[in-house]
Amino acid sequence: MNGRQIVVTSGKGGVGKTTTTANLGAALAKRGRSVILIDADIGLRNLDLVMGLEKRIVFDLVEVVEGRCQLRQALIKDKRFESLSILPAAQTREKDAITQEQFACVVAKAAEQAEYVFIDCPAGIENGFRNAVAGAAEAIVVTTPEVSAIRDADRVVGKLQDRQMPSRLIVNRLRPEMVRSGDMLSVDDVCEILALELLGIVPDDEEIIDTTNRGTPVVLEENNRLRGVYDNIARRLEGEIVPFTRFDQQGLLGRLFGGKKAG
Amino acid sequence: MIDFFRKLFGQSGSSSTAKERLRLVLMTDHLELAPDMVEAMKRDLVDVISRYVEVDREKIDVTFEQQDKALAMLANIPILAVNRSSNGHATAPVVAAAPVVAAAPADIDPDAPAGETLGAETSGSETPVVAETPNAETPVAETPVDAQTPDASVADPKRRRRRRKRKMAGAPQSPEAAPAP
Amino acid sequence: MHVLNETAEAPATDGAPKLGRAIVVTSGKGGVGKTTTTANLGTALAQRGARVVLVDADVGLRNLDIVLGLESRVQHHVLDVIEERATLDDALVADKRSPSLFLLAAAQSREKEDVDIDKMRDLVRALRERFEYVLIDCPAGIETGFKNAVAGAEEAIVVCTPEVSAVRDVDRVVGLLGNRFRPQLIVNRIRPHLVRKGKMLSVEDVNAILRLPLLGVIADEPEIIVSTNRGEPVALRTDLPTAAAYRAIAARVAGEDVPAPMPQQKESLLSRVGAWFGGRRP
Repeated sequence: MNGRQIVVTSGKGGVGKTTTTANLGAALAKRGRSVILIDADIGLRNLDLVMGLEKRIVFDLVEVVEGRCQLRQALIKDKRFESLSILPAAQTREKDAITQEQFACVVAKAAEQAEYVFIDCPAGIENGFRNAVAGAAEAIVVTTPEVSAIRDADRVVGKLQDRQMPSRLIVNRLRPEMVRSGDMLSVDDVCEILALELLGIVPDDEEIIDTTNRGTPVVLEENNRLRGVYDNIARRLEGEIVPFTRFDQQGLLGRLFGGKKAG
Repeated sequence: MIDFFRKLFGQSGSSSTAKERLRLVLMTDHLELAPDMVEAMKRDLVDVISRYVEVDREKIDVTFEQQDKALAMLANIPILAVNRSSNGHATAPVVAAAPVVAAAPADIDPDAPAGETLGAETSGSETPVVAETPNAETPVAETPVDAQTPDASVADPKRRRRRRKRKMAGAPQSPEAAPAP
Repeated sequence: MHVLNETAEAPATDGAPKLGRAIVVTSGKGGVGKTTTTANLGTALAQRGARVVLVDADVGLRNLDIVLGLESRVQHHVLDVIEERATLDDALVADKRSPSLFLLAAAQSREKEDVDIDKMRDLVRALRERFEYVLIDCPAGIETGFKNAVAGAEEAIVVCTPEVSAVRDVDRVVGLLGNRFRPQLIVNRIRPHLVRKGKMLSVEDVNAILRLPLLGVIADEPEIIVSTNRGEPVALRTDLPTAAAYRAIAARVAGEDVPAPMPQQKESLLSRVGAWFGGRRP
């Protein structure tokens, strides 16, 4: 098997990389794909928490690199899915505990066992970022429609272009009512500025905080309105042409009755 | 409620302000990320201008400034002399040089070395600046060639080529240019 | 190092210049509001008349300039000063809206590893000789950028949102900071209606884990997005509860023990959620 190796990155912290990695991975797993999620944020791990698997950690990424365990021993299988596992980061180590080559090696090994390997990249453009990107062949850039996030994403896009890495964009936490009132940049604005192919639009949804609190990916919740969103992104990643739901262009009725007011 | 009144009375939202500011700040960021490109642009600019007037290369100052809603390049280029033809009038150069292509900052790949993005630069600038020799009243300023400072002499194409090759090899040009990451 | 200029303020008459306070604003987790807090707290302190300098330590990913609306006026940055290509006066950008507020921007085209940590410490020291408050906006993470930002600081403000990942990261950072920095906590982006529904951690939940003196609590506020769009920190406004919260935090940082104004939370569809904060705990 030669799985796809995809890094989920952003530059700016807190825009939704980990949430995206978890939910996109889960959506693909729900569709029957074999998925491994790797947390590359050594020292500040969170993928385990967001996936609700934090109590089952035995080994971590650094121990795999140091040869103290096999990859399969460190992978935590998520029992809610047919084939979804995560490789947690180390919490008490630092990002220079591993080199880019070592990380790339681990990712390659994971790609032998899964159709999709997602790398949850840390914030920033330091060693953690460089390591994470070293293991990837493609990138998903996550941004929110806010000035700082877009500026940081632009910097990251530049670095990905240096590496000739194919990259696509997810615009996260869009607030359609603010776009309509002219107080938030639109998806078109963001795409124009970053000049990336759009992979997904995720509206802001306060319920997401609750899902991460509980460690439950949205795709497992019947009534969660983001479920369809992540499923669509999964489908696009698989090559399907799925039209985007333009939340910022809903009709009057949609605006009056649809969606929760954010904030 | 406030949004309703704002829209009613036509006050534009902050997103258009944000978009403009982002556009300008990203241009500035990209320029800052491509010091080699900026240096090449400055050199080419000065080379083109030098075909018409003689300039004091040591005192050239090129900066970028945000003006209103645009990013502007401001170049202060002291002129030492205007090139004269044999009948005493100012003249355009006899030899037509290949045009130098200066791309807009947004089109430039910020991390590509200067030689890749402005491919026409070296060929365009190697043709002689002035077909006629300057007359006695306008001596060409000759200063020692120094890899750290911009060219002082424009008269000798061969020397210019050698200096340019040294510069392209990466000697820092000005206090402003940061070493390439 | 060539950072003091000729017009540096004269020292106090007793001969020893009073050093300003150097406070790093950090979190571990990105996106919780460090830069927004630095900008607004700095603005609020300056509006009270204090001489304040805001230092952006996020080399390569600078944003303090754009949050303040000063991005078009940045000519030089921290590395230019440290590497002696520019003086401090060249690099400091004055905020016309708050006359005693200055920005020292980060370099955009350099890497965090380029910063000499000892020189960073010296720079902060030099700034403390000129300003009453030196607020250092720390980058996300705990790598080199974090270490550089912390160098030279004497105090820390940790910003945390009421989310599990943020609390965990802040906890890690507090552990790394140790006792030296006397960290105080700001809980940012609380949504009281979600807390009431049990869908968001409360301030008490957060601080039960972190156990830090509470400096302030700030509600989630869509106007913050607008303020960043415009480059106009909310602390300049008089109509927003969030602005009042930042002003109250500034008062507390300055040593005043004033309780914040506590607007009533209305549950109406059109309401904005107010900010409140609790008292300091030992």
